[in-house]
Amino acid sequence: MALAPFVTSDHYVSVQAYTQAPREVAIGIIRRALGSRAVASLTSPHTVDHYLEQVHPMLTVALVRARVVDVRRETGQASTVVLRANGAWSGFRPGQHVQFGVEVNGTRKIRCFSVSSSGARPGNRFSVSVKAHPDGYVSQFLHHRLRPGTLVHLSQAEGEFVLPSPVPDDLLLLSGGSGITPVMSMLRTLRDTGHRGRVTFLHYARSRADEMFADELEEIAAAMPSARIHRVYTRRPEDAARGGPSGRFTAEHLEQVGVDPARTPSYVCGPAGLIAAVRAAYDELGAGAMLHTEYFKVPSVDPDAADATGTLTFEDSVASAENSGATILEQAEAAGLTPAFGCRMGVCNTCATRKNHGAVRHVISGAVGANTDETIKICVNVPVGDVNVAL
Amino acid sequence: MFTRRRKPAPVERLSATDHNKAPEPLVGEDAGKRSTVGLDYMTYEQLEDFGSELDDVRQRILNDLGQRDADYIRRVIRVQRAFEVLGRIGLFFPFYWPVFVVGIALLGLAKILENMEIGHNVMHGQYDWMNDPMVDGKRYEWDIVAPAQDWKHGHNYIHHTYTNVHGMDRDIGYNLFRIDADQPWYPSHRFNLPLAFMLMLVFEWGVMYHGVELDEYLAGRMPKEEFQARKKRALRKIRRQVFKDYLLYPALSLPLVPFTAWWVPLAVLGGNIVANVIRNIWSFNVIFCGHFPADVQTFSKEQAENENRGQWYLRQLLGSANITGTPLFHLLTGNLSYQIEHHLFPDIPARRYPEAAREVRRLVEKYGLEYNTGRLSKQLASVARQLATLAVRPDDPYKRGNSPESKALRRAQRAARE
Repeated sequence: MALAPFVTSDHYVSVQAYTQAPREVAIGIIRRALGSRAVASLTSPHTVDHYLEQVHPMLTVALVRARVVDVRRETGQASTVVLRANGAWSGFRPGQHVQFGVEVNGTRKIRCFSVSSSGARPGNRFSVSVKAHPDGYVSQFLHHRLRPGTLVHLSQAEGEFVLPSPVPDDLLLLSGGSGITPVMSMLRTLRDTGHRGRVTFLHYARSRADEMFADELEEIAAAMPSARIHRVYTRRPEDAARGGPSGRFTAEHLEQVGVDPARTPSYVCGPAGLIAAVRAAYDELGAGAMLHTEYFKVPSVDPDAADATGTLTFEDSVASAENSGATILEQAEAAGLTPAFGCRMGVCNTCATRKNHGAVRHVISGAVGANTDETIKICVNVPVGDVNVAL
Repeated sequence: MFTRRRKPAPVERLSATDHNKAPEPLVGEDAGKRSTVGLDYMTYEQLEDFGSELDDVRQRILNDLGQRDADYIRRVIRVQRAFEVLGRIGLFFPFYWPVFVVGIALLGLAKILENMEIGHNVMHGQYDWMNDPMVDGKRYEWDIVAPAQDWKHGHNYIHHTYTNVHGMDRDIGYNLFRIDADQPWYPSHRFNLPLAFMLMLVFEWGVMYHGVELDEYLAGRMPKEEFQARKKRALRKIRRQVFKDYLLYPALSLPLVPFTAWWVPLAVLGGNIVANVIRNIWSFNVIFCGHFPADVQTFSKEQAENENRGQWYLRQLLGSANITGTPLFHLLTGNLSYQIEHHLFPDIPARRYPEAAREVRRLVEKYGLEYNTGRLSKQLASVARQLATLAVRPDDPYKRGNSPESKALRRAQRAARE
């Protein structure tokens, strides 16, 4: 019924084009009619979803919602949440993420999570995988308390970190820690579509116990003769197969796994440190254009704490706080304000706020911006000295 | 780590979408001059204590918000939607009058609930903490011809900040009525009562017109672009509302004509008009009882400048009046029957006002203050009496805006300013 991406050997094609049952066509027409302008005039100033959700929460036309089907423990710290989305969901491309909102004590908490399931299966069922961050309220909630049947509020899938279409023969997928999730979606899709090109997967985890999808990776290695799967355990190298790369990422690892960066489109997802190392290696080899990256965990505090001076002023609330070095969003919340926010990792732009003056450092890129009257994402910027924001 | 400081300039720069600002004091040019609000009742020190005690009440309730409040507003929305849909269906049966009448009543009730307990309160940001786009004060648009954005500016910001301050709060008599003895009398005020009756029937249009602020534009206090933007927003909203209620729904009954009677679409149109008028009458009465009964105090700009926190609260308390009634009555007023608590804490969910009222009355007792409350009939009679007595031409020429004495005084004041 929806536009879930369906994959033939090399191309993504919309399922809708040729595999729809008459019932799904009918539902599609009803859905389009309900979303039409004529119906909107009948329900104005509200949307038709304001009425449909009273009939059934999953019946919405524009609002993407899903039920939790299953919550699976991947490791002691990570879970996979299997979801069944309603018809408003238009599918995802492997590598994309969604904004995931659950209600806790009346408040909707929203975070960004990567889709981890295969993009080759039509339908509205997909999964996200999440590593419970020690301070992450939502990820802890998901890991420990989320139950099947819970209603989840989603965005459409977002993000440019996706497998290209058509898929090139040679590919390098590289991930660190929980950055494996979008890459896992890509790898599963390649397996399910019978991709015959040379796919190299290089993953960095602390230890085997910390690694998500460990067993499935072995199954994929067996099922895809053309794929080579290398895992590096940085804290417990003895867990890994002998002879592979070891330690943190260096340019030699590429050589050891037999990847020529200049000729291999490469997809990297992981913490900022890993991405910086990979980017440096590729730039040195003049292969920067082949590299596609996605940050996974955002450092919430600026590592350069010497900048934590000055006063952060919340102009519209007539309040101020001593700069603690945390992100502006966190400092605002600590000061009792409630700015709008979404993903808290610089993706969704929900928290975009005007900075009246002062310098801020982007916690991911490290770039310092000092323009006056500039719109910034307050979840990924820390103040450098005195800063005044329109909050 | 977290300090509150006084804003250096008047608050004019805030945009219209800033709907749930914490109360902000009126800042005068002479920072050394203190406000005189409430000095009849207590000292500055007591006023400070009064302010911090009310701040504590507010914080206690905010800390306690949770699932029950979310469930409550969703339940109200559910009932409202059901009433609306059933009412609209009932309107399609004008040939069977009991269903038709129930349909009108349900649609009228649905519009009352939508405007009062849902729309007004959501647009105050009372449910912003839920982070749910369905009840988000920034996005909500209500079922009335006044566009949310301009209403929020005039109501949440201007009216709730400068409550009952002459020359600041445009809601004192809405520039139509003389409702306070300190307002200058003009000949048009002779028609206070009949004008009020007429406004009652078309109240939603009055709210819309008030939000366009034509008077501010004509007085040169609003730039042309701003006025035109307001006009455009109002026209767009009017188009949508009129199209829906008075064209689309009557047109939907056209297929019934061959089987029933030619006048069915006209009856549907009439039903929609009546439902809107029911809502108009109800909201007019509730809202006029909020600030216009006798004994509600108003303030001059000079009095209110440089208030402390307690004085801000006290001005809200003395400038508002409550209506007593049953829980169902409070629901239908959107808890604006707790006008005093609403003005003290405009951004906490309205279902908490009864709880806040207990604390407020304790403080009223403690500091020997006045708490204006009464039955609907009593408050309405008081409003009507005010409108009637203040319509009479005063003998004092300085109370008449158009007297030569007043004109000379205004000229002198203008000259002194320049």
